[in-house]
Amino acid sequence: MAEQKVKLLGFWVSPFMYRVIWALKLKGIDYEYIEEDIFNKSPLLLQLNPIHKKVPVLIHGDRVICESYVIVQYIDETWPHCPLLPQDPYERAMARFWADFAETKLLMTASIALCGRGEVQERAVKQAMEAVEKIEGVVKGKKLFGGESIGYLDICLGWMSYWLPVWEEVGGMQIIDPIKFPATSSWMNTFLHHPVIGDNLPARDAMIEYFQKRSKDISESDWFEGVIRLHLQP
Amino acid sequence: MAEEEVKLFGTWASPFSRRIEVALKLKGVQYEYIEENLTNKSPALLNYNPVHKQIPVLVHNGKPVAESFVIMEYVDETWKHNPILPTDPYEKAMARFWAKYIDEKLWPAAKKVVVTKGEEQKGVINEIQQQMKNLEGELKEKTFFGGESIGFVDIAANIIIWLVVAQEALGMDQILDEEKLPILHGWLQRLLDDAVFKECVPPKERHLDFSKVKFGSSIASK
Repeated sequence: MAEQKVKLLGFWVSPFMYRVIWALKLKGIDYEYIEEDIFNKSPLLLQLNPIHKKVPVLIHGDRVICESYVIVQYIDETWPHCPLLPQDPYERAMARFWADFAETKLLMTASIALCGRGEVQERAVKQAMEAVEKIEGVVKGKKLFGGESIGYLDICLGWMSYWLPVWEEVGGMQIIDPIKFPATSSWMNTFLHHPVIGDNLPARDAMIEYFQKRSKDISESDWFEGVIRLHLQP
Repeated sequence: MAEEEVKLFGTWASPFSRRIEVALKLKGVQYEYIEENLTNKSPALLNYNPVHKQIPVLVHNGKPVAESFVIMEYVDETWKHNPILPTDPYEKAMARFWAKYIDEKLWPAAKKVVVTKGEEQKGVINEIQQQMKNLEGELKEKTFFGGESIGFVDIAANIIIWLVVAQEALGMDQILDEEKLPILHGWLQRLLDDAVFKECVPPKERHLDFSKVKFGSSIASK
């Protein structure tokens, strides 16, 4: 099974897709990349992921796997060399817990901070920083969340090292204060300078341009209010 | 392993802590159950889950694990007999995908349907029935999502029972209609008949009363 052809359906600036790219690259797995225009979804995407209609989608032989966390774990279990998740069940539980925490408490609040202004942005920044404070406690004293090498939690949180500074610039706000969060800042730097990661990132200028337009569109959309209600504490 | 100490912090009416009870009972793990009062959380709970301050929390030999799916995977990896996740990586990925779908799509819709009415409620009902059709597509002709025995997705889908009870408490027509959703309807009957599973649902009458109080007032106040 492991030797079957691998394809990845993605969108050039998606942090979720990059989790899958990093996992594949770290394990030296060859794959064919297929760019998807998420604003004009292809019949292929709608066929492969009819439930969510989203990227990334991994195709391995005749198997189709969706959702970035599910894909990364599938990769880890199908190609067990260079393991991403630790072996010990408790350490695995901790990695999964913090990946889930960062997704629900940091990623969403940081996205709202990118798109929102005024009081909404202030609340989002405050709550994002509260989440980072907890992550700071987890990474303190470590080179990487995975210890000496990149692990599952590094991959899941990797977006913080590159997407978050772009969002801070576009949104005119700061979440990662290096004085308040020295361990997190140091981790971001270490992660970004890993050769596999550094070679596999989207172009920063293009990202700035993309998020400038995207954040404006989102803030003017009629569903942004709903996102704020769902993910931001009052 | 030497003397094992397993504690589960939960509440009688929470589908999330009931999930952990199913997992532990399926594996025959002895545990101490601690009922929490969520309006007056114990110092122990706040100590074991300072991040979310929520149940369920599993404490194994003094080490706490929180978040129901994280706990379920931990239980499966620690007590390896009677697995609740498949061994094949692809089957495992499918189980994780559908469990996530249940919590991220079905559960929010289920919570919404009992606090809305009129056209808005009809819209949510349609949404839930579509989600249930999607689940039927995964279940197909299997006895359970886990195959011949209860698995990860069956346990995750326990929230459907909470929806059914809430609807009955409010005198609503059941969304999980036998004619429209025969596959899922049949599955639910088998789940509720299962010797282990049926010990891990709230007592029906008490659950109905609880739902009437919880959801009845939110409708009346509109």
